[in-house]
Amino acid sequence: MEHEILFAGFGGQGVLLAGRMLVYAGMMAGKEVSWIPAYGPEQRGGTASCSVIISDEPVGCPIVTKPSALVVLNEPSLDRFEAAVRPGGVLIINSSLVRRKCMRTDVEAFYVPMNDIAAECGNVRYLNMIALGSLACAIAAVPDEFLQKAFVKQFGGKPGMVEANRQAAMIGAQCIKNARRMAGVR
Amino acid sequence: MSEKVLMKGNEAIGEAAIRAGCLYYFGYPITPQSELPEFMARELPKRGGIFLQAESELASINMVYGAAACGVRAMTSSSSPGFSLKQEGISYLAAGELPCLLVNVQRGGPGLGTIQPGQADYFQATKGGGHGDYRLLVLAPDSVQEMYDLTLLGFELADKYRIPALLLSDGALGQMMEAVRLDHEVKPVPDKPWAVTGRRDRETLNVVQTLSLDKDTLEEHNRVLQDKYALLRKNEVRYEALNTEDADLILVAYGISARIAKSAMAKARAAGLKVGVFRPITLYPFPEEALYETAQTTKAYLVTELSCGQMVEDVERVTHSQQVHFYGRTGGNLPCADELFDQILRIMQGKEVGGRAR
Repeated sequence: MEHEILFAGFGGQGVLLAGRMLVYAGMMAGKEVSWIPAYGPEQRGGTASCSVIISDEPVGCPIVTKPSALVVLNEPSLDRFEAAVRPGGVLIINSSLVRRKCMRTDVEAFYVPMNDIAAECGNVRYLNMIALGSLACAIAAVPDEFLQKAFVKQFGGKPGMVEANRQAAMIGAQCIKNARRMAGVR
Repeated sequence: MSEKVLMKGNEAIGEAAIRAGCLYYFGYPITPQSELPEFMARELPKRGGIFLQAESELASINMVYGAAACGVRAMTSSSSPGFSLKQEGISYLAAGELPCLLVNVQRGGPGLGTIQPGQADYFQATKGGGHGDYRLLVLAPDSVQEMYDLTLLGFELADKYRIPALLLSDGALGQMMEAVRLDHEVKPVPDKPWAVTGRRDRETLNVVQTLSLDKDTLEEHNRVLQDKYALLRKNEVRYEALNTEDADLILVAYGISARIAKSAMAKARAAGLKVGVFRPITLYPFPEEALYETAQTTKAYLVTELSCGQMVEDVERVTHSQQVHFYGRTGGNLPCADELFDQILRIMQGKEVGGRAR
């Protein structure tokens, strides 16, 4: 099974970190992994994105052009990447900032109001952790215990941060579970 | 076995260099390799070394010349346009028989080009980018692990043969993160009795210079260099051959292109097509004999590079095959595995290869 993931948003939303933590979890789980940022002529406030691959087979090209899962934290990212998602893939949309719906009917789309949830968690900066939790739950690429290791690795040096970020991710995951229950998908 | 760590390719080069005992880095920033000088700026002062951002590429390559002449392990890195600026100094390093590691994290050209990945500096790397008859040992990693491994090997072989070694990478390998093991044994730095370290109790002066006005002396020096390159061709050829024994078609690629070729091969094999991959790891010395061997059994080759066709000339030269196809992408584009698979199908069906840049 190969998960080819694209995380996209605007600079400062933390898409690169969210992608890196998922890759760390994948590595700890013994998967073949790669991470690469889009490093084109990006500008402050412009789009930021990264490609993440978690696979049972060695990774070929690290740059994801046809994602099996797409996470968009802002509307320009949805506009830019929506058409690229593979049929049957997963699309997670930050509905706090993205005002429109997904136009695809052949993908599983989730709407998570990430900024609003993050604000309830106490800081809008948790939004990438909510995105990470949602994605990890939706695609189940990595067992949860390894994702937990990523929180310890990333935030272990800062007291209280592991738990706070983990909580945010759990709420993200819960949103996916609820949506699937409502849709009767699983 | 040690734990795996996640690293960018550019950082893996830096970590390997420091572990190899390279405590002197000279360079000038340029995308997409700047994580390497950033890593060195952060790590070298902590680990007993010196990081020096020079005023230019020209200055930095000549600082490497000075450091290497003193017998220490030293390195510089750049990306395509910046690496072009270093060519004069590289010719001097080769002439002075100075061991060092050079890194070119290639981007698309010509000119300032793009900051996206490229592989169009093959000719410059393997045929002599500067003046005079010289060669570099050219190593081409295709993973972050190999960025690490081949950096260690580059320093080792540079010292062994007293030549500059070049790690020829690209923007994708430099920017990407992968799992790396850092548990390789590092061989000690050999003695360098030729190094310029002060007269001390030696009978004679050690001098490193590249000016040789006496005709016969310079001709003899050229012979010494050529003997060295012959030894490299004899002893230091490295390559990876996958499924080439029964292959009707062999993809030939190095670096990032080889990874995509491997994905395309897996797809072709799954479709019942006999496709293999031949990946030169040393671009100089080019794996001539091993590639020639495959020409006895295979029917055709597909060379794929992020260029308009450079290594393909070596594949044609070595295999003498009339069926050497080429598929290249430029401008910072990478082909996807499906794209290469389509080319494989075209060749198998006797059609012209599309997107042919030659």
